[in-house]
Amino acid sequence: MAGGKEILSQIKSISNTKKITKAMEMVAASKMRRAQDRMKASRPYAEKMRQVVGHLAHGHLEYQHPYTQTRETVKRVGYIIMSSDRGLCGGLNVNLFKQALRSIAEWKKQDVEVDICVFGAKAAAAFRRYGIVAQKTHMGDAPKVADMVGTVKVMLDAYEEGRIDRLFLVENEFVNSMTQKPQVTQLIPLVASATDSIKHHWDYIYEPESKEVIDALMQRYIESLIYQGAVENVACEMAARMVAMKSASDNAGTMIDDLKLIYNKARQAAITQEISEIVAGASAV
Amino acid sequence: MAMTFHLDVVTAEQQLFSGMVEEVIAPGAMGDLGIMPRHSQLISKLRAGELQYKTSDGMASLFVSGGVLEVQPHVVTVLADTGMRAEDLDEAAAREAMKQATDALQGKDPEDLDYEAIQTELESAKAQIEMLHRIGKLRGH
Repeated sequence: MAGGKEILSQIKSISNTKKITKAMEMVAASKMRRAQDRMKASRPYAEKMRQVVGHLAHGHLEYQHPYTQTRETVKRVGYIIMSSDRGLCGGLNVNLFKQALRSIAEWKKQDVEVDICVFGAKAAAAFRRYGIVAQKTHMGDAPKVADMVGTVKVMLDAYEEGRIDRLFLVENEFVNSMTQKPQVTQLIPLVASATDSIKHHWDYIYEPESKEVIDALMQRYIESLIYQGAVENVACEMAARMVAMKSASDNAGTMIDDLKLIYNKARQAAITQEISEIVAGASAV
Repeated sequence: MAMTFHLDVVTAEQQLFSGMVEEVIAPGAMGDLGIMPRHSQLISKLRAGELQYKTSDGMASLFVSGGVLEVQPHVVTVLADTGMRAEDLDEAAAREAMKQATDALQGKDPEDLDYEAIQTELESAKAQIEMLHRIGKLRGH
């Protein structure tokens, strides 16, 4: 019986792997549900915030916050890249990094320097040689705003001091549990949404001073966007891992089936050979 | 029928209210603000306190711990830092938070204190207790 034992041990090892991937799939599925809930809960806030800030961009305000002013010349740009801490989640991070690199390459072509700020261990490893100025890893499955503000502040300060002229956010958009879309969005300066344009000139009544209110609002705006990005990224990670582990389990299943077939064939061949040997031996007598 | 406008109250964690109202009374940073339909554009910081609004069913109230209020003629948006529905307020928890904040102000080395954060915490707890007392009186406790 040629190699029968080896095939058996191979089957055993693959079915052990299958058990692990199956477990990871189920863990990812339940974590994804929780991450999705968190994402949904914070979405109204982010949406309303975007609306209010959209109004700001259309109004003719007495105080112009630095975030609303677009600078003509661009010498240096910043990127905030969201990634997961752990791998085994399919092409999620790789696709995101490709998108980021494409966007970075375009700036480099125009002789524009790039500063990078990363969230998550995977991005930290991937962008090490591109000049990371700030990083934060291991935030867990429920990221908190307080954990993130420090890292983001590095980039915001750089913008306010004029060291960078644009700031982009690279994150995965959670379309559904099967699809995650990497995207690059401009965080600051604010881009006025073209959809709900208000034509006539108007300004707000401020309480207290306009600077104080707008500063407070802008800070919350950036925080909400970053938080939303981080929460969404966790949901994406879990969804991608669930799908990746499901296909790994399926593949392990087909491999086991194939090996079983080979094993049975080998066993059958051995038996057939034994019989023919016996028959040949008997006829020789 | 009375004139109405749309009110949205959201916090980072959840949406507290969304619907048509006739009037809003908000705890502005410089004093309470009463907002009726067709108010001109206004943007204000909020302090911790009670946010009241009048729907067709009568007055209702929420607790907000600060944030930003934006008024457009037909839409009012409250971006609260944290918030609670009045029935979720808990006097014991608020007193506990107040006690902790006071202890933190007194007990420790002043060097490593985040005064602003503790102050906010203290005001928020105080405002919660005040609001509870006001509601309690209305209900005749």
